[in-house]
Amino acid sequence: MTSAAITKNLTKRYGRKTALADCSLDIPAGHVVGLVGPNGAGKSTLLQLICGQLAPTAGSLTVLDGPPVTGSPRIGFVAQDTPVYGNLSIEDHLRLGRHLNPSWDDDLARERIERLDLDPKQKAGKLSGGQRAQLALTLAIAKRPELLLLDEPVAALDPLARREFLQGLMEYVAETGTSVVMSSHLVADLERVCDYLIVLVKSKVRVTGEVEELLASHHRVTGARVDPEKLGPGRTVVQARHTDVQSSLVVRSTAPIEDPAFTVDGIDLEDLVLAYMSEAGNGRDRILEKQR
Amino acid sequence: MIEFHLEARSGVAPYMQLIQQVRHAMRLGLLKEGDKLPTVKDVVARVAINPNTVLKAYRELEYEGLVQPRPGLGTFVTRTLGSEDDRAAHEPLRRDLEGWLAKARDAGLDDESIEALFVNTFRHFSAERAARRG
Repeated sequence: MTSAAITKNLTKRYGRKTALADCSLDIPAGHVVGLVGPNGAGKSTLLQLICGQLAPTAGSLTVLDGPPVTGSPRIGFVAQDTPVYGNLSIEDHLRLGRHLNPSWDDDLARERIERLDLDPKQKAGKLSGGQRAQLALTLAIAKRPELLLLDEPVAALDPLARREFLQGLMEYVAETGTSVVMSSHLVADLERVCDYLIVLVKSKVRVTGEVEELLASHHRVTGARVDPEKLGPGRTVVQARHTDVQSSLVVRSTAPIEDPAFTVDGIDLEDLVLAYMSEAGNGRDRILEKQR
Repeated sequence: MIEFHLEARSGVAPYMQLIQQVRHAMRLGLLKEGDKLPTVKDVVARVAINPNTVLKAYRELEYEGLVQPRPGLGTFVTRTLGSEDDRAAHEPLRRDLEGWLAKARDAGLDDESIEALFVNTFRHFSAERAARRG
């Protein structure tokens, strides 16, 4: 298996609102894939389609070489806000997981809870945000899934809890090689942990690829005012800003840009993502996540 | 055993930062021939980075002939960098450079100008050498 999921013209509409439009992706297996984009870009919708919680309006998708299956034991899903049952203890959660999942790895779950220094008798509702996220991750990985989907798992966490969450996640990935798709708008975190990136803007895929290739092929070009059209073939201007005397461009080009009139610099992932986001417009017609 | 860290704002690719930290530790004598590098799992659990980043750094170090993986045991340093001979060769060069820096200061150059002059000259020098070889 080389693809964790393949989508073809995948579209999801809620009434007249389009949450995901014509999305064609090949999400590689064995990678940690970052899904990034502004609120309402369609990140959650895409993840929910992959795990079978939503049915597409149009288009098709294959997940782990088959049709998407709701509640599949092969997929671990941690939804936004890391939902757990507030009135149940950690112990209850583990028992529930054991009963519901044939592939449940109880040793792994218990060892993780112990290492996190959590009291199994503690009610989940009394846990801190970071502990709740760790519990949700534990429940998802104890299923020993082939594909782990995480929807904004660290958005609500403080920096220390965020780091601890990502440490645990990466350790698990190093042990098992599980494919992960993780949405976030914290690009600095994604830059550390992801080796593949998908940028969604306004329900469309803007750019996708291996992080390293994306970084190698994008450049910040500054110099005297230029017409972006005149940069030459094989070069795509992602973002262009002009003052009366100077132009500052973000350019995608696999060949090096060797025009002495310009200063060519590398670009970090955050600026690269921002270039694709801002280029897609001023965002006035974004769908707000709450309005769906 | 050394511990890695990551500088998020450095502009240097994460795998390259790991490589530089190993080379640096070797030059300082913190890592010697026969020493073990942390396992991939240990590194990612500490630094919270993608395992492939660590694998790539270790592969690159292996390609450079600095480390060697031993299946089931780990990755081991195979050389010692920065021997007495190397350091002896550095010394006169360092004195020359200090002399040049003193002259630049006397000429009224500030830190940024000195750095820019050095980097530009170095680039120009490297480019010319490369052109001559090509």
